[in-house]
Amino acid sequence: MIDWSHHLIIAPILLPLMAAALLLFIDERQRVAKAMISLGSTLLLAAVSLVLFRIESGPNGFDGVYLLGNWAAPFGIVLVLDGLSALMLLLTAVLAIAALVYSLARWHAVGAHFHTMFQLLLMGLNGAFLTGDLFNLFVFFEVMLAASYGLLLHGSGPLRVKAGMHYIAVNLAAALLFLIGVSLIYGTAGTLNMADLAARIPQIEPDRRMLMEAGVGVLGIAFLIKAGMWPLCFWLPTAYSAASAPVAGIFAILSKLGIYIILRLTMLLFGDGPSAGFGSSVLLYGGMATLIFGTIGVLASQALGRLAGFSVLVSSGTLLMVLGINDGAISSGALLYLVSSTLTISAFFMLIELVERGQDAGAHVLAVTMEAYGDAEEDEPEEGDGVTMPGTMAILGTCFAACGLLLSGLPPLSGFVAKFAMLSAMMGTGAIGVPPTAAVWVLIILVILSGVAALISMTRAGIRTFWSSIEGTVPRVLVIEIVPVMFLLALTLVLTVRAEPAMQYMDATIRTLSNPRIYIDAVRNTAVVESPDAGIISDGKGD
Amino acid sequence: MEIILSIAIGVMTSCGVWLILRPRTYQVIIGLSLLSYAVNLFIFGVGGVKTNVPPILSDDVAISTLADPVPQALVLTAIVIGFATTALFLVVLLASRGLTGTDHVDGRSDPK
Repeated sequence: MIDWSHHLIIAPILLPLMAAALLLFIDERQRVAKAMISLGSTLLLAAVSLVLFRIESGPNGFDGVYLLGNWAAPFGIVLVLDGLSALMLLLTAVLAIAALVYSLARWHAVGAHFHTMFQLLLMGLNGAFLTGDLFNLFVFFEVMLAASYGLLLHGSGPLRVKAGMHYIAVNLAAALLFLIGVSLIYGTAGTLNMADLAARIPQIEPDRRMLMEAGVGVLGIAFLIKAGMWPLCFWLPTAYSAASAPVAGIFAILSKLGIYIILRLTMLLFGDGPSAGFGSSVLLYGGMATLIFGTIGVLASQALGRLAGFSVLVSSGTLLMVLGINDGAISSGALLYLVSSTLTISAFFMLIELVERGQDAGAHVLAVTMEAYGDAEEDEPEEGDGVTMPGTMAILGTCFAACGLLLSGLPPLSGFVAKFAMLSAMMGTGAIGVPPTAAVWVLIILVILSGVAALISMTRAGIRTFWSSIEGTVPRVLVIEIVPVMFLLALTLVLTVRAEPAMQYMDATIRTLSNPRIYIDAVRNTAVVESPDAGIISDGKGD
Repeated sequence: MEIILSIAIGVMTSCGVWLILRPRTYQVIIGLSLLSYAVNLFIFGVGGVKTNVPPILSDDVAISTLADPVPQALVLTAIVIGFATTALFLVVLLASRGLTGTDHVDGRSDPK
């Protein structure tokens, strides 16, 4: 008999799946009912994620292996919940609440099946964070991608369809690479279970290991496309800035999914043993190139949407570089940076739409730039009813300033804390005390420069938006639109105030990750449930 | 048998790669389809190419002659997912054609 809370592990997948299925049966005109179901499911998801997170951060440690269908690990499918996946689940749920509430103001009504696709996106994301084998990773990845295609196109218009087409073509090609990688790994190692694979790597003969590494390399490219590593990232700023605001808000986590999987696989498969350090130089130099490209992009962006899109690249580049170094103390700072930057970028995408609403679309952007990125007017949805925010400009300006501080990594918000944690670990003033090498110096300089670039760009955009437009009309902003943005920014404030427990959690997570035996043994030693009744009793409680 | 299979995968992959680099949306989708056929055959091939052997373990079948059932299951899933996403992509192509009036991947009209 397993504890009931153990069945909660599968809830983040089942809950959005059932909500999505239920939503399909409801007519599109019953918007309130659809919105309520979607919101209810997302809130419940957040509650479940919080419970899982609390269990995982508690003293019990690592016991989150869930055998689906009650088959032992290498043969059946497993879900694995550890500190990293619990963190990502919680982050997804938080972003989902913010994006969903934001969309209720008007975006959810501009096209069909917004809520269904939104729930399926959550299901795909949660599944990918939880799964313990590579093929299910592919399946959940595809579920997430299929939903994201629909969401990116939500709201339609030539710009979105064009960006969506490129996005879909790139991701379909990436999915094929994913399959090639998975099948090469299966062909050489004979398993797709991540833990089993990690345990088998030392036993693979050298000639086969080369083929296996090639497979992992091909697989890695699929995730690097998702994470947006240069030169695989040219689709990203266009796609993200073309998406409607709440969709871009939740898309902020999609590139982090690529980062998550790369982190998970490199730590698990190449932590030690004969293939140790495989691919780390690619991550390091690729990350540097991405960061440089993203920084130049941030400086060059005229439109706010592009600026946010390139900020995604800056964040990805920073994280990839840190993964390339693969050092415990730096990685835990990077995890904090991951959380902080995801919250920031999500809030920023949603804020941009509010800020730009009051402006003449082309007024502050050079006409040439507009032509280059498509100059067609979009069909903006009708403004909904509701309470308008008082003192709109003041609040928007404050949120904008907070985003600027977070993106550039200035005190007092969590962007600073995260960057400080990373940089101090790199400088060797942290726990390890190793003087930095030349590559690390380059890295430190790049991270600082990217912060400066973000500061310059945000200041320039802020002055242009809030100070120079005297006769500009004040945008009509609804309370339920600005509250999600403030909620995400408030979370970064919480992250700042509670930086110490947060860092402790990240440290513990990285420590567990850097010892792959913990993961491998946990998955391999989980016994099947003996009593046939246990499964039946738990069915009702699990979901 | 292996030679024929490898040549088929190689030819389809090269045609597919060439086609997805073309500027017309129709060529891109045919290229993606060809690539996915090649990948499906590839997945099928990693289990070892065997004919006329069952994937089911029973007493009168030696394990060395058994066909590996896992790649077959994988390829089935991959076909279904590939089919669904290709259909979705087709819809987007049509929408793009309707909105821009051209089947160029960037929505540009023909320079000719």
